[in-house]
Amino acid sequence: MRRERVPIVVLIPAAIGAAFFIVPLVGLIVRSPWHDAVAALTAPETVEALKLSLVASLSATAVGLILGVPLAWVYARAEFPGRDLLRALTTLPMVLPPVVGGIALLLAFGRRGLLGSWLDSTFGITLPFTTAGVVMAETFVAMPFLILTVEAGLRSMDRRYEEAARALGASRWRVFTRVTLPLIAPSLFAGAVLCWARALGEFGATITFAGNFPGVTQTMPLAVYLVLETNQEASFILSLVLLLISLVVLVGLRHRWLGSA
Amino acid sequence: MRRRVLLLIVAAGFLPACGSGGGTASSSPSSASLSGFIHVFAAASLTASFNALGISFHQANPGVGVDFNFAGTPTLVTQIEQGAPADVFASADTTNMDKLSADGYAGGTSKVFARNQLEIVVAPGNPKAITGLADLAKPGVIYITEAPSVPAGKYSLQALASAGVKVTPKSLETSVTAVISKIELGEADAGIVYATDIKAAGSKVQGVDIPAASNVIATYPLVTVKGTKSADMANSFINYVLSSTGQSTLATFGFLPAA
Repeated sequence: MRRERVPIVVLIPAAIGAAFFIVPLVGLIVRSPWHDAVAALTAPETVEALKLSLVASLSATAVGLILGVPLAWVYARAEFPGRDLLRALTTLPMVLPPVVGGIALLLAFGRRGLLGSWLDSTFGITLPFTTAGVVMAETFVAMPFLILTVEAGLRSMDRRYEEAARALGASRWRVFTRVTLPLIAPSLFAGAVLCWARALGEFGATITFAGNFPGVTQTMPLAVYLVLETNQEASFILSLVLLLISLVVLVGLRHRWLGSA
Repeated sequence: MRRRVLLLIVAAGFLPACGSGGGTASSSPSSASLSGFIHVFAAASLTASFNALGISFHQANPGVGVDFNFAGTPTLVTQIEQGAPADVFASADTTNMDKLSADGYAGGTSKVFARNQLEIVVAPGNPKAITGLADLAKPGVIYITEAPSVPAGKYSLQALASAGVKVTPKSLETSVTAVISKIELGEADAGIVYATDIKAAGSKVQGVDIPAASNVIATYPLVTVKGTKSADMANSFINYVLSSTGQSTLATFGFLPAA
């Protein structure tokens, strides 16, 4: 790899750009009450919120993979009228204020919602104020990141490998699992990680659709928000924990899966 | 949530002479000489009433524009302490006001300008037939309230305790408005909010009185923020809120008189 000298016109805005992200982080680190860190982290509410956050965000990522990969495949491979509109609709949560997303979920899946009232009267299932509701809210906001990333991977891959496998007699399913998926593995992982990270930090849709109760629907971002109002500095520590987890995963996975991409 | 009530002031030859020193001896409340903007940081439960006060205050003082920032009281304290440009702070409780003073951000002694009481909020027609606090614990009733860090949430715990009612909420919402919107949407059956919030929501919800014996009266104090560059205008706004005109405006929104 040939090293290139970074031109000054690139270096200055790049440095400002990096500082824009790093300075607020340093602010959090400097102002955190490190002597209280252990107490803040081992408090039962923190442990409960952290556990719930991990379970819910991983579930949201799993749902994202199960539903989002087929959807990405449809967008990348199928030709049908209204595809662009459909893609726009299914990725809308990326730009929608999450609180509005939460209201929309209530109107669809709440007790009086379009589908929710039927779920309630037929099966006695109500989703708001449940952990399942948290997973739904997180999936709603985070899955679009996975869909778009996987679609990009499917579009940029060399389809001749699939054609060769088909020509050699492999079934469509076999081609998909043995050729397509391995070829798009980097985008699949990048999409899953993006989706997971977004789900982990989700706040607005969760609190609107699922509410906030410790152990049931109170994820870390919700706990941080509430602690912020009573004990500002403890909330810095909790935020840093979330941040550290995400950082470890992002750096680790990038190195492992995207290093050569 | 910032709401810029009045922006047109700039046309009137707005000089940045925001009366910081303002050597003029006339401190009479006629205040015709005042001109500029003030930033009022007010509790979320004051949104409708303060917007109305802002408009009538501007009509009385055409030179002064009032710019509101409405949020949960603890959030406002955080914003002010982190250097947000506030001239007046109106709190939904004394705890947060005391915190602001103790931390050295109050520009003087706070004054109580309104009081508020709790009410149970239910859907129109009261489908679950809630008649008092004890009914919140009935099986099949989905009860939600505000988190204890929110003043209304703290008061609702006090009210339930003094009525001897034990009930676990389904959710601890971050504001009274969130509780009301979930009642409106039908996700929850009952919640505890301020009487003024129920009045503001109109026909979309209904209130059930809480008897005085177990009710909690919330006290709303306001103060100038230390270091304000517009002390004259800030004080003039505070005096306006405390005046009989201001008090009768607050009364139309369901607030109890200051004393």
